Amino acid sequence: MNVYDQTAHQILAGIKSGVITKEKAASEVLGRLRAVNARTNAIIRHVDQVSFVQDGECPIPIVLKDNICVTGSLTTCGSKILEGFRPPYSACVVEKLLASGAGIVGTANMDEFAFGSSTETSAYGAAHNPWDLERVPGGSSGGSAAAVAAGEAVWALGTDTGGSIRQPASFCGVVGMKPTYGRVSRYGLIAFGSSLDQIGPFTKDVADNALLLKIIAGFDGRDSTSVNIPVPDYTQSLVKDVKGLTFGIPKEYFIDGIEPDVEFAVKEAIEVLKKAGAKIVPVSLPYTEYAVAVYYIVATAEASSNLARFDGVEYGLRRTPGALRKTPIIDMYEETRAQGFGDEAKRRIMLGTYVLSAGYYDAYYLKAQKVRTLIKQDFDRAFTACDAILSPTAPTTAFRIGEKTADPLSMYLSDIFTIPANLAGIPAISIPCGFDKKKLPVGLQIMAKPFAEETLLRVAYAYEQLTPWHKERASL
Amino acid sequence: MVDIKIVQYIGGLSRLHIENDKASGFAKNLEDILQYAQKLDTLDVSNVKPTSHVLNVENVFRDDVVTPSLTQEEALAFAIEKHNGHYKVPKVIE
Repeated sequence: MNVYDQTAHQILAGIKSGVITKEKAASEVLGRLRAVNARTNAIIRHVDQVSFVQDGECPIPIVLKDNICVTGSLTTCGSKILEGFRPPYSACVVEKLLASGAGIVGTANMDEFAFGSSTETSAYGAAHNPWDLERVPGGSSGGSAAAVAAGEAVWALGTDTGGSIRQPASFCGVVGMKPTYGRVSRYGLIAFGSSLDQIGPFTKDVADNALLLKIIAGFDGRDSTSVNIPVPDYTQSLVKDVKGLTFGIPKEYFIDGIEPDVEFAVKEAIEVLKKAGAKIVPVSLPYTEYAVAVYYIVATAEASSNLARFDGVEYGLRRTPGALRKTPIIDMYEETRAQGFGDEAKRRIMLGTYVLSAGYYDAYYLKAQKVRTLIKQDFDRAFTACDAILSPTAPTTAFRIGEKTADPLSMYLSDIFTIPANLAGIPAISIPCGFDKKKLPVGLQIMAKPFAEETLLRVAYAYEQLTPWHKERASL
Repeated sequence: MVDIKIVQYIGGLSRLHIENDKASGFAKNLEDILQYAQKLDTLDVSNVKPTSHVLNVENVFRDDVVTPSLTQEEALAFAIEKHNGHYKVPKVIE
């Protein structure tokens, strides 16, 4: 098997037994990136040679989403406004990865400021799905997902505010996890929606996901939302046994608009787990249908505030109009932001500003925060009757490039099954569970209680051991 | 109803210069999304508390000790324009 098609645990076994060196493995992966990236555009910058800064147990080639800071390396959030920005410090997850021995291969493409579900809003051009280059890889971490699916990296980090890890993992046939809010430090992550954002792992299989989560999880005093509870050894959760576990199936996630092939694959996956000894029960999450509306109020409100810092004063882009419009400094702010942000970023900044503005705060923002409470209570109630909830990750497989760009609302609705986990702060994982008739991957989403990542990994691992999907690779 | 005038007003609050030829497109997008959001109005939430943080975590403080941080030089290393150890911007006060 090609090195670039292998998982990290296979490569690590190869290194241990002397079959391959970490340098050789990294150069094979970099070679693959050079061979295919012109077609995927998954990676927007890469190194000439992978360097392993520190010795550690996991010398694995990894790519980082373009919103994770690395000291002195260009970090641009897929936006023109951060043109030339080189952070003076590294993210906590980067420090942890380097300490584990990992080598950074490059930077993954993303929707501008993570605003999107298709990686089409990137200032660096759209990324393409390795299973069908005419289709999107999902988003906003589409570059991370496509890179792992195409063998351009063994691992990738992404971020998930409303599904931005799980939906692209589903579209690209890889494993992607959004950990519990507070599980992974966001120090050094460029913020989008601060009550929702979480960094998480993309890998080719569940065992790798446990390994990478173990490296990046944990308390960090530099992130006040980071939670100070011990990190379990997630690799201990890789047990092929679901007996005694109860899984809830929410009827609100099997609705009109879900593609028949997706519904079929997910229902087959539920059967596999049932046959393996799990108990399957119906559960109800009645406020699901309000989640998208809540999300696009809360997330844009937070984004409009977080993105106020990009104003041409300190770093990145600075532009001034030819003729005086208001005052020199206000003209500079307004022109820099007009030229630096793309249309979707402008749309979300304006929407967020609108829902927070005088006279509309109570009607939109406060109301959305209250409905968010109801959505969270849905999950609290459901988890009294089950250990995990199973659903499709997305209602469809990967859609065509350009298919949804003219209609922002239809793009937003593609996140309908992933948004609730962010609003409730719970962990969720997407794993491959089959293909549609066009040979596009389908994802199974597993959700669990806060800090129950071990349950997610156990269920995902047991399913994976019983099915062949994770062994399939896109042909490029 | 979100019209061009409202878009220009929100653009101003957001410090975004919106060209006139783009304002009507944005007005339609914002109107569509806000219309969609009105489905929340069908719910009675008068007795529901708002959620701004999903975990029951409050008053997170660290010990008040000085630790190494960026030097002025490091912080300004990638400044767009600088002068005497400060960021330089266009004239603010006439």
